[in-house]
Amino acid sequence: MQAIDLLEILPELILLLVICFILLVTPFIKENETNDDDVFFTPKAANLAYQISIVTLLILAFMFALRVSDLPLRIMNGLYIVDPFSNVLKCISAIAVMVTLIYSKQYLIDRQLFRTDYIALVLLALLGQFVMISGANMLTLYLGLELLALSTYTLTAMRPNYPRGIEAGMKYFILGALSSGFLLYGMSMIYGATGSLDLEDVMRNISNDGVMRLVMAFGLVFMLAGLAFKLGAAPFHMWVPDVYHGAPTSVTLLIGGAPKIAAFAITFRLLVGGLQPLDMEWQPILIFLAITSLVLGNLTAIAQTNIKRMLAYSTISHMGFMLLGFLCVYDELAYSAAFFYAVTYVLSTLGTFGILMILSKKGFECETIDDLKGLNRRSPLLAFVMLLLMFSLAGIPPTVGFIAKLSVLDAIIDAGYLGLAIFAVMASLVGAFYYLRVVKTMYFEEPTDHSSIEGQGFAKGVLTVNGIFILLAGIFPAFLTTLCLNAMRMSLQG
Amino acid sequence: MILSLAIWMPIVFGLIILGSGSDTNKGYVRWMALFAAVLSFVITLPLIIDFDLANAGMQFVENTSWVKRFDLNYYLGVDGISVWLVVLTAFITVIVILAAWEVIQDRVAQYMAAFLILSGLMIGVFCALDGLLFYVFFEATLIPMYIIIGIWGGKNKIYAAFKFFLYTLLGSLLTLIAILYLYNVTDTFNILDWHQAQLSFTEQVLIFFAFFMAFAVKVPMWPVHTWLPDAHVEAPTGGSIVLAAIMLKLGAYGFLRFSLPIAPDASQYLGPFIIVLSLIAVIYVGLVALVQKDMKKLVAYSSIAHMGFVTLGFFIFNQMGIEGGIIQMISHGFISGAMFFSIGVLYDRMHTREIADYGGVVNTMPRFTVFAVLFAMANCGLPATSGFIGEFMVILGAIDYDFTIGLLAATALILGAAYSLWMTKRVFFGKVNNDHVAQLKDINAREYLILGILAILTIGMGVYPKPFTDIIHPAAVELLKHVAVSKI
Repeated sequence: MQAIDLLEILPELILLLVICFILLVTPFIKENETNDDDVFFTPKAANLAYQISIVTLLILAFMFALRVSDLPLRIMNGLYIVDPFSNVLKCISAIAVMVTLIYSKQYLIDRQLFRTDYIALVLLALLGQFVMISGANMLTLYLGLELLALSTYTLTAMRPNYPRGIEAGMKYFILGALSSGFLLYGMSMIYGATGSLDLEDVMRNISNDGVMRLVMAFGLVFMLAGLAFKLGAAPFHMWVPDVYHGAPTSVTLLIGGAPKIAAFAITFRLLVGGLQPLDMEWQPILIFLAITSLVLGNLTAIAQTNIKRMLAYSTISHMGFMLLGFLCVYDELAYSAAFFYAVTYVLSTLGTFGILMILSKKGFECETIDDLKGLNRRSPLLAFVMLLLMFSLAGIPPTVGFIAKLSVLDAIIDAGYLGLAIFAVMASLVGAFYYLRVVKTMYFEEPTDHSSIEGQGFAKGVLTVNGIFILLAGIFPAFLTTLCLNAMRMSLQG
Repeated sequence: MILSLAIWMPIVFGLIILGSGSDTNKGYVRWMALFAAVLSFVITLPLIIDFDLANAGMQFVENTSWVKRFDLNYYLGVDGISVWLVVLTAFITVIVILAAWEVIQDRVAQYMAAFLILSGLMIGVFCALDGLLFYVFFEATLIPMYIIIGIWGGKNKIYAAFKFFLYTLLGSLLTLIAILYLYNVTDTFNILDWHQAQLSFTEQVLIFFAFFMAFAVKVPMWPVHTWLPDAHVEAPTGGSIVLAAIMLKLGAYGFLRFSLPIAPDASQYLGPFIIVLSLIAVIYVGLVALVQKDMKKLVAYSSIAHMGFVTLGFFIFNQMGIEGGIIQMISHGFISGAMFFSIGVLYDRMHTREIADYGGVVNTMPRFTVFAVLFAMANCGLPATSGFIGEFMVILGAIDYDFTIGLLAATALILGAAYSLWMTKRVFFGKVNNDHVAQLKDINAREYLILGILAILTIGMGVYPKPFTDIIHPAAVELLKHVAVSKI
């Protein structure tokens, strides 16, 4: 290992140091006498950890933002890759996790979750995502994936005296461990066939005559099953609604937000970076996954009364849509469309769960669609932000969700799948119905709870920025699309 | 710059009004909205004054890059087909703001903002020369209208709002596919370049149908018209006015800008099919209008019938037909707006739209009756009103194309007269029917002003249509020339 390697992974190192600091130093901070009924009670230690995390994440986001046009570089003997693609994704992940923490602060305090270990686990999950995004070797990818997964399993079950959370945590853990097993098994087969764990070597060796096609095919299928599970694509979606529903909303956002970017990255690294020569084999599987996800996600979401479950099914359909972007022959435009789709999806999801958390109070979880009744009367601003987010998820212009859908549709029409494009837009027509229903509940119905929504000024401010960004990025998408395209182009060349 | 201002001025003002939020200072919000609407209308006037009659192409063009990745451009321009529609949109917005003055008491800021934003978006549809920009504006109009119907609508508003949104979205999503397909074939989103694109017959037919889905729903043509009566009945007065006066024209305009020039061979081939649909709209829907008990529903069905004349005019491929169709679009904007406003005037006082609840209104509201009868006459195409010009031109064109079609279309005029006049008779004339009617107060100064302006325009356009035909003529001739050339 060389010094330059350490410099390249400086942001990851900083994050690791901060995690250590939180875990090791904060326990020694003396707490004041506490009173459980006081809403504004925050343990000093957790507060310190929270502030340090926010500042660190902001700095990390800046560091990554400065590096978006650096040349691709493989470090640590080829285990780790730092390229514009990973820098953009890491920058967005860091921002997403930071925003998640800001939205969830009051929510966590109300539920006695505002603790140093919670925050440390959140940061560990982020570190896992960084490793996933930058992995150039199947083992590195797996390592990152497990770091992320183990942290989120724990977070899901962490809320004290909350059986539903523990149930969700168990389900998530068992199914997650199974899928990790799938993924690892698939990797081992590919290793057996190609003789390497390094993705570049795999790509080179696949074309050799000596490779056993059958073993490759088995490995590929197992790996895709594992990936589909992590993405939450049907028919490997069973855990998504239960975990989204059972986990505390702040954790739901942690699972449904930033990790989707990492899941996109790992899919990209494995399929495009490693198994590209097999695309004739994995593309039909992706088509199947995408179609089932679109149908199942959109149709089942209609029947949901719980908004967290509804958003869970909507995630499934969105992942299906994103996978469509992989259906092309090594085309940077198409991959960057999927990239853009993942990014905008995460940005929209952040806001929706953020609103649910702001509307939740001590002893009250905002989680059915009816809890949003008459939001326009209670807080026009929050209702308007939610309106923008819903239309963005539905893909209606002028929000950024439309541009994302457009990019993917353009890519698949370009690849010659006209029928699939028509199918995808019809599925999003079905999807529009349940997003519209949320808007209906907020705007056309009278509130049952007339109390105004107080406090959390900072979170509301960030939420407003989030909403405005969704709108502005839809009207002026050039910046974001160019960023994604350039990052993708430079990474593919390097 | 004028077009950009015309689009963004109302939108920016709308957002400012939305930001001022609460219902505490309604007066300020109303004046602010009126100021914005009038200003936006005045801005569009130079489009007519400075319009170059000798130029059949695009004028007031603005073209800057929007998204490089897709080669999208912020490309605006108007020609003789669209320029009046831009002005009409801005004008109707002023009427709508005035019409809501005392009527809307709940969430005034949001109401005014929704209409201002909607106005800007609709002007954007008429100005956009980039296919995707068109689509963005076209789709974005759904959001404010959905909100308008859903919040300020009648009893069944939620059903109507959903039906409106999903029905129109269904059509336009296929259009999106067609737009993307054209982009893949031609490598550009420029509509004017698409006009020149060589396309095989099959491609043309598929593209024609994809566009047809969106525009036919929007016009609406029989048999995809069923969302319109629901939307109209449930929408507040302002919503109905905008829906009938402008939104329906988005579809008709789409036929002229996309379907005809991009797929001329398919249009010629499928022309008879569209003509049959239009005739069904004119005759069958006219008959349906005859039996309506609800005034708003009656006028809604009459709108469908009148839009049938528009599509009929477009697809008989002669100059009279196309020009007549465009004139009919503009004139219907004035007349249907006035009709819905008149119904709103009655509804505000009686809170019912059933024809049977009225009778003898002339005895208590003589001034109002003068206007209402005038607009009913205009609606059935009485000479010297604007309604006559368009329908007469379309019928002339139709007779030129085929005598039977002309005859059928002309018969429909009788139906129009029947339902309009029969409704007028039942509502306005006869003895005072009940105590509620006896207590009616005649129109106030604000209502007088709105009806007066619309009456002047209706008669003015009927007596002296030259400013309209002069501007439309070169563009229509150019369009016909283009359509006559096969692309295969």
